Amino acid sequence: MRPLTATRAPAIHRTKALAGPDADFAAASRPEPKSKPKLRLRGARFFRRARLSDPAPSRLSYRFQRWMLTPGIRRGLKIGLPVLAVAGLVGGYFASEDRRAAVSTYIADIKTSIQERPEFMVNLMAIDGAGAGLSEDIRAVVPLDFPLSSWDLDVEQIRDTVTDLDPVKSATVRIRPGGILQVDVVERQPVIVWRTRGGIELLDETGAHVERIAARGDHAELPLIAGKGADKHVPEALRILTTARSLGDRVRGLVRVGERRWDLVLDRNQRIMLPTDRPVRALEHVLAVNEVQDLLERDVAAVDMRLGQRPTIRMTKTASEDWWNTKVDVNSRQ
Amino acid sequence: MMTDLYQSQRAMRQMRRQAMQRGVVAILDVGSSKISCLVLRFDGTGRLSEDNSIGSMAGQTGFRVIGAATTRSRGVQFGEVTAMQETERAIRTALQAAQKMADIRVDHVIACFSGANPRSYGLDAQVDLDGQLVTEAEVGRVLNACDVPDYGDGREVLHAQPVNFALDNRSGLIDPRGQMGQNLAVDMHMLTVDAMAIQNIVRCIKRCDLELAGIANSAYVSGISALVEDEQELGAACIDMGGGTTSISIFMKKHMIYADCVRMGGDHVTNDISMGLGVPAAVAERIKTFNGGVHATGADDRDLIDIGGDTGDWEHDRRTVSRAELIGIMRPRVEEILEEVRTRLDAAGFDHLPSQQIVLTGGGSQIMGLDGLASRILGQRVRLGRPLRVHGLPQSATGPGFSSAVGLSLFAAHPQDEWWDFEIPVDVYAARPFKRAVRWFRDNW
Repeated sequence: MRPLTATRAPAIHRTKALAGPDADFAAASRPEPKSKPKLRLRGARFFRRARLSDPAPSRLSYRFQRWMLTPGIRRGLKIGLPVLAVAGLVGGYFASEDRRAAVSTYIADIKTSIQERPEFMVNLMAIDGAGAGLSEDIRAVVPLDFPLSSWDLDVEQIRDTVTDLDPVKSATVRIRPGGILQVDVVERQPVIVWRTRGGIELLDETGAHVERIAARGDHAELPLIAGKGADKHVPEALRILTTARSLGDRVRGLVRVGERRWDLVLDRNQRIMLPTDRPVRALEHVLAVNEVQDLLERDVAAVDMRLGQRPTIRMTKTASEDWWNTKVDVNSRQ
Repeated sequence: MMTDLYQSQRAMRQMRRQAMQRGVVAILDVGSSKISCLVLRFDGTGRLSEDNSIGSMAGQTGFRVIGAATTRSRGVQFGEVTAMQETERAIRTALQAAQKMADIRVDHVIACFSGANPRSYGLDAQVDLDGQLVTEAEVGRVLNACDVPDYGDGREVLHAQPVNFALDNRSGLIDPRGQMGQNLAVDMHMLTVDAMAIQNIVRCIKRCDLELAGIANSAYVSGISALVEDEQELGAACIDMGGGTTSISIFMKKHMIYADCVRMGGDHVTNDISMGLGVPAAVAERIKTFNGGVHATGADDRDLIDIGGDTGDWEHDRRTVSRAELIGIMRPRVEEILEEVRTRLDAAGFDHLPSQQIVLTGGGSQIMGLDGLASRILGQRVRLGRPLRVHGLPQSATGPGFSSAVGLSLFAAHPQDEWWDFEIPVDVYAARPFKRAVRWFRDNW
C-alpha cells in the first residue's frame, strides 16, 4: 500500500519468503557475490561469515546456546545477575567513608527538616489536676526547653517520670493539637498521718508516701498511726479506725507494735491491744463489751485482746488499790 | 557380545526413563536427504479410553511436540553415516534449531536410521513352566531360550520383540503374564543391522553432548505412524521411500514381523535426472519436486521445463526439456525401486498374509502418480500414507517425509516390549562372569 503523502524513503518490495526445500535450494545455489557491498543499510552482519552452504552452528556456539537454555543458568542470568550488579554498585558506592557520611548526613537533614515543621512543634506544657507545688515539681523533673519537635518527645518516659513523683497517683501525658504537651495528673489524697522517729508524713490509702509535714496540727482532721512498718498496713489501720468510729474523739491513734499487731490508743492512756490476725473482729468484741458494760469508761489501763480465748483487762494502779481497799473493807466488816 | 548388547539396550531404556521423568526428549530422524529433529514434552496426561480402544489420537496425547526443525542431511548415504563430522554438524544444526523453538535444553535423544542392511529373523522357543503361573521371570526365561542364529560378526541386534506367545495350545496371546498353563512358547522377531552403522550414529550423538535414550529402525517407526490400526492388526506393509533408501516393514497383529531395506531412493532419481539432463543436483531436485511424475500423457510432450544453467552460454543456459522426457528419466528408476521392493516382499512371504495392504510413505512417495504405478507393480491395495497427527506438530512437518520422525515420537512415548525389557534368568546371569573369565584367558594366552 502506498502512503498518501510522498516520502523519500525507498519502497521496499519483498517477495514472499521461500520455505521448506525451496529455501534450502535458494540458499544452496546462491553464488558468492563478487564484490561485497560497501555499505549495508539494514541489519549489519558482524562477525559472521557468509556460509550459505553450511548453516551448522560452531561447536562453541552450539554449547553456548545449550548452556543458555539450561533453566538454572537462565534464572541466574535473569534474577541473579541484576541483583548481583545492583548489590555491586551499591556496595562500591558505599565503600568510601566520605560517601557513607554524606548519605547519612543527607538523610538526617531531610529527617530534621520534616520533624521541625510547625505542625510537629510543641510549645508549652499544660499541667492539669495538680496543685501549685506539685506543678512546680513536675516542671522540675521534666526539664524541657520549648519549642520542641514532637518527634523528640518520649511521652511514655515523661509519664513514667511524672508518675514516679510521690504525690502523683497517676498521670496521662499526650500532645494536644496546637502544640501543647498536656499532662493530666491525679494527686494522691492523704488519708492518714504517720508519725515516725524521723518526722511526720502523710500517707494515702495504700500507704504510699504523699508528703512530709512539719506538725501534726497541720492535718488534725486525719487519724494518726505510729510505729515502724505501719505504712505497710495502712488499709488495715483504716479498717480498724473505721470500726473504732463509735469511740468518737477518744481515739488518739494506732500504734504498730513489733511490726506485727496494732494497739488502739485512746485518751486517758487507755490501750486496746489487738491481735495479729483479725484485729477488727477483736475490736468489735471490745466495743460490744463497752456498749454493755461501759468498759472503757472505767478506770482500765489496757484491754488485752491478744489471746482470743482469754481477753484480759489491766487496771490502772489507783483502780487496783481501790479494789484492794474494797476487799479489805469487806473482810474487816465480816 | 549378546550380553553386552543386552546391557547397552537396558542402559538406553534406563536413559529413556530418566528422560520421561525430566519430561523432555528429542527425536532425531537421521535420513539420507534430511535430518529432522522434534522436541517432545511429556506431561503424562494422556490415557487410553475406558474400553482400552484407541481413540482418534491413538492414545498419543501424553506428549506434545514443542520444537521441530529440519535440515538438509550431510554425510549420510544410504541411511548410514559416511562422514561423521558432517553428520555431526547437521545433527547439531537441527537440534539447535529445535531447541531454540522449544526454548528448553534437551539432553536425551531417541534416534532412528534406515540403512545398515537390516535383516529379519524369526525365532521361537518353548519352555515348561516351573509353576503354573506365567510370571515375568518365566517370560524372560522363554525369551532367553530362543536359539539365536549366527547372524554374523559385526552385526548388532536392533530390535528383538516377542510378537506372539502361546500357552499350551492357546496361541496369539499378546501378554501371557498372570495366566495359568504348563508350557510357554514364544515367537520373536529379531532385527540385526551392521554394528558399525549403529556405532557411528551413537558416536555422532555423543559428540553433540547428548545422551542416547533409544535407537530404532526407521522402517519400523514409520510403519507405526503411517499404518492405521486395522492395517497394523490385519497385516500390511509400509514402504518408506526415503532419499537414500527405501525401507520396508511388514506389520501383523500390531507387531513388526519383517523389515528390509532397498538401497535405492529419491536421491537416485535426482541423480538420474541430473545425469540425464546435465544439470546440477540442486536443479535436478527442484525439477523433480515441481515437475516430476511417472505417468506421461500427451500434454506432457508440450509441457516444456526450463532447466537453465549459469555458464554464460546463451544456448546452454536456455535449454528446455519436455515433461515427458523427465518422466521418461524418472519412471524406470522408480519402477526399479518398486520392483526391488516387490522382490523383497515376495521373499518375505507377504502374499501369504491375509490382508495385503501396502502403504507408501516417505518423501519419495510424493512423486505424482506413484500410487498408480505402485499398484501395478505391488498389487491392487496400495495407498499413500501420511503420519499420524500428534499434538503440536507444525503444519510443515505433517507431510509423508516426516512419518518416521512422528513414528519415532510415538515409539518414544509407548515403546514396545523388547527382549531386554525382561530380566535374564538368574542361572544364565550367574554363569556369565566365569564364562567371561574363561574367554578372557583364552583370548589372551
